[in-house]
Amino acid sequence: MPGPLDDDLTRPLEGAAEAASAEGPTGPAVGRDEWVARHGERITRRSGVAGTLEARLAAVPWWAWLTLLVAAACLVPVVSDSGYVRRVAFDTVVFMLLALGLNIVVGWGGLLDLGYVAFFGIGAYAYAMLASDQFGVHLPSIVAIPLVALIGFVAGWLVGLPSRRLTGDYLAIVTLFFFQIFLTFTNNGDDVFGRSLTNGPNGILDLDAFSFFGWTLSTTTAQGQFGIAYLYAAIVVFGIVYVALRLLNDSRTGRAWRSLREDPLAAELMGMPVNWLKLLAFAFGASVAALTGTLTAALNGSVFPQDFAFPLLIAVYTMVILGGAGSQLGVVIGAILISVLLEVLRDPGDSRSMFYMLALLALVGVFRLSRQLAVVLGGTIVLGFAARAVAGAIDDRWTEGMQGSGRVADWSSEWVIVPTQLASWIAPVTYIGLIALVLMLSLLHGWVRIAVLVPTLYLAAFVWENVMLAKPEPTRYVVLGAILVAVMIVRPNGLLGERRVEIV
Amino acid sequence: MSVATETATPQLLQLEGINTYYGQIHILQDSNLVVREGELVCLLGGNASGKSTTLKTILGIVRPRTGRVLLAGEDVTRMPTAHRIRRGLAIVPENRRLFGPMTVLENLEMGAYLRPRSDLKAEFERVYTLFPLLYERRSQLAGTLSGGEQQMVAMGRALMSKPKLLLMDEPSMGLAPVLVERSFEIIQQVNEAGVAMLVVEQNANVSLSIAHRGYVLSTGRIVLEGKAADLLENQDLRKAYLGR
Repeated sequence: MPGPLDDDLTRPLEGAAEAASAEGPTGPAVGRDEWVARHGERITRRSGVAGTLEARLAAVPWWAWLTLLVAAACLVPVVSDSGYVRRVAFDTVVFMLLALGLNIVVGWGGLLDLGYVAFFGIGAYAYAMLASDQFGVHLPSIVAIPLVALIGFVAGWLVGLPSRRLTGDYLAIVTLFFFQIFLTFTNNGDDVFGRSLTNGPNGILDLDAFSFFGWTLSTTTAQGQFGIAYLYAAIVVFGIVYVALRLLNDSRTGRAWRSLREDPLAAELMGMPVNWLKLLAFAFGASVAALTGTLTAALNGSVFPQDFAFPLLIAVYTMVILGGAGSQLGVVIGAILISVLLEVLRDPGDSRSMFYMLALLALVGVFRLSRQLAVVLGGTIVLGFAARAVAGAIDDRWTEGMQGSGRVADWSSEWVIVPTQLASWIAPVTYIGLIALVLMLSLLHGWVRIAVLVPTLYLAAFVWENVMLAKPEPTRYVVLGAILVAVMIVRPNGLLGERRVEIV
Repeated sequence: MSVATETATPQLLQLEGINTYYGQIHILQDSNLVVREGELVCLLGGNASGKSTTLKTILGIVRPRTGRVLLAGEDVTRMPTAHRIRRGLAIVPENRRLFGPMTVLENLEMGAYLRPRSDLKAEFERVYTLFPLLYERRSQLAGTLSGGEQQMVAMGRALMSKPKLLLMDEPSMGLAPVLVERSFEIIQQVNEAGVAMLVVEQNANVSLSIAHRGYVLSTGRIVLEGKAADLLENQDLRKAYLGR
């Protein structure tokens, strides 16, 4: 019989020595295939300015990024004294926190959890019930906040329990169903066996503001503007959560989550407690969401069921996917981009400049125009001036409907036809016509394509000025969707997502 | 290694009258299989003969309808996979199934998931001495390695759990012939270091040349068993698997 394993295996073996000296006369050693080995790396390594920049940015340590993010958020109130801007900054930090939490479940655990926003709601409602007159409970914030995080953890665990054997679309459906249960419960919670738990659609009002050691963070300033203390509170929570998650990701559990995401069967064959790990990911994500819920609940001083609707779920998912699921910094950047973008697109003037910039970027990036760019742009504007002159000659009212002001608006009113009144058939026809033209473009090549680009661009400007700007609310989401599609084409794993490495 | 083939050596793994079904389909039929301590056993069979099902039954991924799986004399038939791994089982899965976007080091660490943290350093040293190349490649992503290197990572990952019995599912799959021979040399060396092995293979010639004993599966039944040398001489087997 051979001796104990240790003694024998610590001794180098013959084959290993041979394998190590690849240039042995006996031919290639096991696995010594340099070209194949480096092949994947060669593909992933990008060259040029973009590649160098990417490599440089990747070398920046994580704490430097965190410091930068926190410093930038802290600077917002210094730079601007507008209550609106500060409130947007607060909302952005809340989105950053939500994205960090969802990243645990989706990015690390690889679990498609469509009930995530419900945990945000559970956190807000839990805080509302623990710090208001609803049940006459007024816990001090220092107790209520960790308690809510714990409640979120337990809630995530419980939702995970029935779902732990599910994956992919099955898990998505179950969690979506849970989200629906949450919405139904909060909406109808005003009469649970004769008692009012959630006050239904009327929500819970007059929540306690955060208060630490006798020092209360007031939700509004004397002028009735956004209380800046909440921005700082959110930043502090963000910093703590970011560092904690960073440590978690670097731990054995973090790596186990990643291997679980890559290959659940192999993970199980390594003896990993797969179900336990899934539950843990669910619970940690839910805990972060619930913790975030306390921030918004305390600031708003109220919670309503409609605060936790599906658009919020879609927004948070967009942030995680755009930023790159799995990368902490990535999802935070995704949250900043989406949150700020959605605000910028509210304003017609800003969204107009954004539109023309995007159109220009699309010409350069998607259609790869360089020299022909001048031809296309010149052609479009000439066509525009001609069309506008003709339209103006027929009837003045056809050209005097330009909304808004500013340089971009003045400039575009020079060549885009904007009638004061739009016949009802024009909007759908031009909209569908534009989509048809764009689809046609993908089939065309050479000069024909460039010739078709000119009317397409003009039609796009027409549709934008007449149809889309008139309805800013849906337009925000259309533009956001277009940006997301474009990013996903250029970077399929999101801005900072882990590159997927296929095992061959 | 005449010692290993003696019946007096304790049995590490024992399958007793296993009957496995996929729905109505009877896959394994009254299978009996034994691996003793320090032994290198190969399980041969063509496509759809039940090789993979046997491994899945041993690991607990599928449950037999009747029969028992014993690990070192203990009945583990009703135990989940993780508990069996804890009892000294490890596997190099078919197609290796590495964690592609994780480094070699992280892959190895995941292999030792059930080991106490204090033992980790010793395990790494053990595997790196066996495969010095893995030490060189430790911070490279596993998915970017060549097929032969990936095979080493898969074996290293399995050995990280310090198994008593290592299961190998088609180690020759997807490797160039020269690499197949090399990887079987490594299998033999790991075995000589005291790890019992059950190698599931289609490549009868190479695997029988290093094994102590062998089983031949055909449509869910073990049709032949015996010493590897005897099996190599068996005319039926030669016709069926070696084509001459």
